[in-house]
Amino acid sequence: MSEPVLEIRDLRKSFGALKATDGVSLELRPGQIHALIGPNGAGKSTLIHQIAGSLKADSGTIRFRGRDIGGLDMAARARLGLARSFQISSLAQEFSALRNVMLAVQARQGSSFRFFRQVTHDKALIEPAMAMLERVELAARAHVPAAELSHGERRQLEIAIALALSPRAFLFDEPMAGMGPEGSKRLTSFLDGLRHEAPMLLVEHDMDAVFALADRVSVLVYGRIIASGTVDEIRSDPDVRRAYLGETA
Amino acid sequence: MSRETAVNLLLALLLLGAPLMAAGMGEPFYVTLATRVVVLALAAVGLNLALGLGGLLSFGHAAFFGLGGYVAGILATHAFNAEPLFADIPGTTSMPLIWITAVAVAGLVALPIGAISLRTSGVYFIMITLAFAQMIYYFAISWPAYGGEDGLSLSMRNAFPGVNTAKPLPYFLICYAALMAMLVLFHRVEGSRFGSALQAARQNGTRLAAVGIAPFNIRLVAFAVSAMITGFAGALYADLNRFVGPSMLSWHMSGELIVLIILGGKGRLFGPVAGAMIFVFFEYVLGGITERWQFFLGLILLGIVLFARGGLLGLLSGKPRHV
Repeated sequence: MSEPVLEIRDLRKSFGALKATDGVSLELRPGQIHALIGPNGAGKSTLIHQIAGSLKADSGTIRFRGRDIGGLDMAARARLGLARSFQISSLAQEFSALRNVMLAVQARQGSSFRFFRQVTHDKALIEPAMAMLERVELAARAHVPAAELSHGERRQLEIAIALALSPRAFLFDEPMAGMGPEGSKRLTSFLDGLRHEAPMLLVEHDMDAVFALADRVSVLVYGRIIASGTVDEIRSDPDVRRAYLGETA
Repeated sequence: MSRETAVNLLLALLLLGAPLMAAGMGEPFYVTLATRVVVLALAAVGLNLALGLGGLLSFGHAAFFGLGGYVAGILATHAFNAEPLFADIPGTTSMPLIWITAVAVAGLVALPIGAISLRTSGVYFIMITLAFAQMIYYFAISWPAYGGEDGLSLSMRNAFPGVNTAKPLPYFLICYAALMAMLVLFHRVEGSRFGSALQAARQNGTRLAAVGIAPFNIRLVAFAVSAMITGFAGALYADLNRFVGPSMLSWHMSGELIVLIILGGKGRLFGPVAGAMIFVFFEYVLGGITERWQFFLGLILLGIVLFARGGLLGLLSGKPRHV
């Protein structure tokens, strides 16, 4: 079996008396989509924040591409190849969709300290950014400010930005949230193809999507992983049924 | 040509034409008044880079304005008295040399101030930048070698190769050229990769970090460049008045620069120019009628903040900045 791209060991994070992350360990291997499911308040987003670097873990290690990234800030982790999408879309609102993606392209090229050349004529930024918008079927809305995009379009834009980083791993926090059934279905088949570009840690509530996509599923309840396995193993796990699936299935 | 471009061009021509006419009619006072507009606008162009593009509300830019002024004053005083500055380095009355020094000093002082201030945000950032500027202000007051509270008078305006700077119109033209050059620079930076990152840092710092660009580094460079432009303006201001004093460093000055930008239009290329025109106009016209002219300026500022967030340029050209 190949080495994990992302390896989390015994991660802990408390907010006062609340243990939001309580000894979580998990691995993400090449070619995998690893889904993280759990009821609201289980600590899924808190975990994503710690991996991405927007929250600092109290203890435990996060290894990414063979190195400990616990001491790095969010920007440094992104430069190593961790691309995230946000549970609530987080975009440069005044910029057009295209310029939001161009920002990611410029970050990947490592060239933000250029002061004179105008980005509006910079083919090295525009062409790759446009290609990413085409992949997520947002090219027609390239010049619309992010603030004026619909909810679903913003979700697509977040994914285009993540793609533009040519990442080594995706961290997607509820990419389907608030999308209609049609949109969810299209996004599911799109994400399905992404696993070969980079493995994905996927937090998602949409169980159809999770069961269709995931190679592995981990179930998080009150900050602990109570079960981890293939889709079939998780479906038949009595603890999981009691703690979580029982409520919905 | 967009409507804003047309308005900008009109303002640029007005600012050039009015003093040319005044000089033609033998009214040098109005040429000096226009030079005051130009130099204040230039100082605000510097602040506009940090405040308008980067969203960094520095309440300490008077520090850089004053430092630029003191560089001009100190270098000229040493040259005039034929005393070396230190060791064998002499003073100078050459404007280009003074400008380079003023810009370098402003940038070098801005780096540590920015590095500390930018660890905070919001009201703390405002207060820390203010605190640094006040430290420099009190330092200048308590340093008798360069005039202390009384400031430094320049016995004559510094020299620019091939120009008689003592006359109002040639000096106006030097300042005007400097303003135009810095506006071009501002415009280029705004549209550049750096400018994109800086504006993204204002709109959503988390988003910028998530693509791998550390907002802190971008903001720090912007803060330093912003201070350098304001420092340049300070050197010109000292030569305009042939005087530099602690008032250039005081928090009133920082506040005035912010007011100029808000009057004219925050983040807009010609916002500082429009703001300086309104400001000096009211200072002169209302100031001639009543000593309380700032009360009326306050009313106008209130109106703009409540009803016209885009400032004068927003009123004239209407459309939003980013499309």
